[in-house]
Amino acid sequence: MADKIKKAARHTRHNEGLIFEKSAPGKRGFELPPSDVPAVDMRAALGSDYARRDIEGFPEVSEIEVIRHFTRLSTWNYAIDLGMYPLGSCTMKYNPRVNEHIARFDGLATEHPYQPQQLAQGCLKILFTLQKCLLEITGMDAATLQPAAGAQGELTGLLLIRAHLESRGNPRKKVLVPDSAHGTNPATAVIAGYEVENIRSDARGQIDLERLKNIVNDDVAALMVTNPSTLGTFEPRIAEVADLLHARGAQLYMDGANMNALAGVIQPGRFGVDVMHLNLHKTFSTPHGGGGPGAGPVLVKSHLEPFLPVPVLTEKNGQLALEPVRPKSIGRLRAFGGNFGVLVRALAYTLAYGPGIRQATEDAVLNANYIRRNLEGVFDLPYASPSMHEVVFSDNRQKKNGVNTMDIAKRLIDYGFHPYTTAFPLIVPGAMMIEPTESESKEECDLFIDAMRSIAEEAATQPDLVTTAPHSTRVGRLDEVAAARKPLLRWKSKAASESAG
Amino acid sequence: MRYLPKSPSERRQMLEAIGARSIDELFASIPDALRLKHPLDLPGPLSEAELVQYFRERAAENSLGYSSFLGAGVYNHLRSVVTDTILLRGEFLTSYTPYQAEISQGTLQAIFEFQTLIAELTGQEVANASMWDGSTATTEAVLMAERITRRRRVLVARSLHPEYRQVLATYARNLDLQIDEIGFTPSGQIDLEALSVSINKEIGAVLVQSPNFFGVLEPVPRVAQIARGAEALTIVAIAEAVSLGAVQPPAEADIVALETQSFGMPPSFGGPYAGVLAARETYVRQMPGRLAGQTTDAQGRRGFCLTLATREQHIRRERATSNICTNQALCALAATVHLCLLGKLGLREMAEQNIAKAQFALAELEKLPGVSRVFQGPIFNEFVVQFPRSMRMINAQLLRDKIIGPLPLGPHYPELTKCGLVCVTETTRRQEIERLACAVRETLAVPV
Repeated sequence: MADKIKKAARHTRHNEGLIFEKSAPGKRGFELPPSDVPAVDMRAALGSDYARRDIEGFPEVSEIEVIRHFTRLSTWNYAIDLGMYPLGSCTMKYNPRVNEHIARFDGLATEHPYQPQQLAQGCLKILFTLQKCLLEITGMDAATLQPAAGAQGELTGLLLIRAHLESRGNPRKKVLVPDSAHGTNPATAVIAGYEVENIRSDARGQIDLERLKNIVNDDVAALMVTNPSTLGTFEPRIAEVADLLHARGAQLYMDGANMNALAGVIQPGRFGVDVMHLNLHKTFSTPHGGGGPGAGPVLVKSHLEPFLPVPVLTEKNGQLALEPVRPKSIGRLRAFGGNFGVLVRALAYTLAYGPGIRQATEDAVLNANYIRRNLEGVFDLPYASPSMHEVVFSDNRQKKNGVNTMDIAKRLIDYGFHPYTTAFPLIVPGAMMIEPTESESKEECDLFIDAMRSIAEEAATQPDLVTTAPHSTRVGRLDEVAAARKPLLRWKSKAASESAG
Repeated sequence: MRYLPKSPSERRQMLEAIGARSIDELFASIPDALRLKHPLDLPGPLSEAELVQYFRERAAENSLGYSSFLGAGVYNHLRSVVTDTILLRGEFLTSYTPYQAEISQGTLQAIFEFQTLIAELTGQEVANASMWDGSTATTEAVLMAERITRRRRVLVARSLHPEYRQVLATYARNLDLQIDEIGFTPSGQIDLEALSVSINKEIGAVLVQSPNFFGVLEPVPRVAQIARGAEALTIVAIAEAVSLGAVQPPAEADIVALETQSFGMPPSFGGPYAGVLAARETYVRQMPGRLAGQTTDAQGRRGFCLTLATREQHIRRERATSNICTNQALCALAATVHLCLLGKLGLREMAEQNIAKAQFALAELEKLPGVSRVFQGPIFNEFVVQFPRSMRMINAQLLRDKIIGPLPLGPHYPELTKCGLVCVTETTRRQEIERLACAVRETLAVPV
């Protein structure tokens, strides 16, 4: 068996406790320059009601201990830098290192959001150029870069739709969400003050146009569509869907999570999308960083432009400015403009490719189809519609041996890969959602295919090996039920735990 | 293209294996009429050297070489190169949300440590894994209070950051939440009498910021006492996290919304930073965002995993506590590393230096003719001063001396038109403070 595992043999097994367990009074990992102003008495300056006596439980450790602690922790993580990370719908592509370098420049990282705008023209030019690039890639008319992540982009988009419909007299009541959608879509619709109506996909996993005709009425504000869908297939009748919605006064929202399949090939603005968001931490390569930060710019057609969140970036006689007041604006979504550092990285990514971004899209689609072709027949393909940037198999064949998608995913870890996405989309029971992205070489794709074939064989001949995986990690499968039943969400000092209980 | 790992021949081999004659065949599901027939009109491609050059040029068009006295929710503090060294490790930088716990223990343990540090700092029982920023964390705290109390009215101090109030208004508008503001007294603190008059059993929460937008510390215990009288929750927003090194934590609050930018994150023209929510443990199931918890594997080894996920959108969809998915994990890691480096002694010393510098700057400015302190309440590292001339004129003059002066308060508080918010931190040198005072003095000496 060991010879089948070509890519990775084992994970690092350093033992490392919590940082609090290393603490000893009097140690420190950082020294400040001495103060150059007279010292003040804290109690006198703040008043005794306000002065803090102690910071209980805070660690006291040296610099080398901090370096070792976090370096050891880091070795317990899998990462794109170590290999393929085929999480479907997450677009785990290479995060160019030059972008990290640039985002830390003096003159960019050092700038304050409230500094006079004549002293921020460089920052504003970056934002303006990024907006122009994103508008060209999507074929839309106007943009806001403010939303902090995709989910906030969705909220911005729905609030824009609400404001537009309100300006015509009726904000309407419902937002339609396909059953294949990301969980953020229905959760966002509720925060925007809408009821959610989930709509069933047709037998091909696509939007059921006939059904939609019966559902779209005067109560429907919008349909939220992910295109390509979470099955990785392009909605072929998307333009008809848009026409249907528009004819009944409703709007088409596009979740741009899967834009990595479209950039340079097709502009959503040309198939009737009224508003969409992009996830810069997906398509535009900004690092996921273990869960964030992201950025979720929103792009709109001109009829929604008057409602964009403030401040709005404008250009007048070559001078850029952030306009703080716009009468019809939906308001502000977050303080201070947006995740500028993320936007800088996204622009650096876009400029690195230029029009060549199409090649990235083509390679992403090529990789997904190559994997699909080589695993078809080994795993069940519940929907045969053409794949774009990702392919969704199911565990249907392996289930009869008691092996499910999560088991296969965990076994992939032993072969040196990050698991694919499991348990999503909801319309595929036992889903195995694979998105390789353009960042994988043929060699890495081949290794992945070999690993998946080998696991399929193991599932048939020695299923226990798969259902008890992973076998190579520092810890095995964790007791998540116990974690949720009696949540232990923080460390407590011995003294604190004893006095509590 | 340097980011793409395939040769032309490998692309051909892969197409052959698929059984496609050309790459266009793989896009056949897109109706031909919709497909782009020309290359996108984008600048580039740029090599690495050209990218560096482009962004260096942009950086030079900003404020390099200026002294700044801006704070107002974004602070310039010392940061260690150690923090960036850790953030740049690919295992942290290029990993996803730690859903696969077995190969994400590094991120998960770091989150657990972050949650512990934030709980200790804020005097609360639990904290989550991060929110987008302080303003959205504050808004989420209000929505959380609404779920707990089932009451739809909130009293908000007018001394809360104006942009935080704007964000809350954007969210509240469609959720049938009524927000009323409570003014401030000459101390710069919330008007407790007005609060006592306004509080009643329809109010779900009282929201204050401390230090508030004017830099003044709020009397949190008294606010909480008044709120508790009507069984309303107390929410405390904190935009300047370093204050917690010297100021009593808001232990009396039910929910704390903290912006952690001051812990190792540069101003970066507005983000990314990390917000975080801390609260009493009984409220944890109404808390939005990710949580890491401690558990064990089958062999009894300690490990960490994301937990209580049934609160979240990917499980609960339209019934989730929030729509948040991606958070600010790497920024939260920055805060964690930064706080471990500073430790108990370093954080206290940093906070004390901020107080000392602010007292010094206040004294220097108060010496100037016609310049006076506006609010008498206790301050941390920011304070409001009134000038005998317009802020526009003062700041225009200061810019000539390469000083970015106090933030004018007029746009948000019409009664404070000649007032500016001054911020100094441990990074502000005494000489810069003296230069500010000197420049203001010269400005005021010029006859109008």
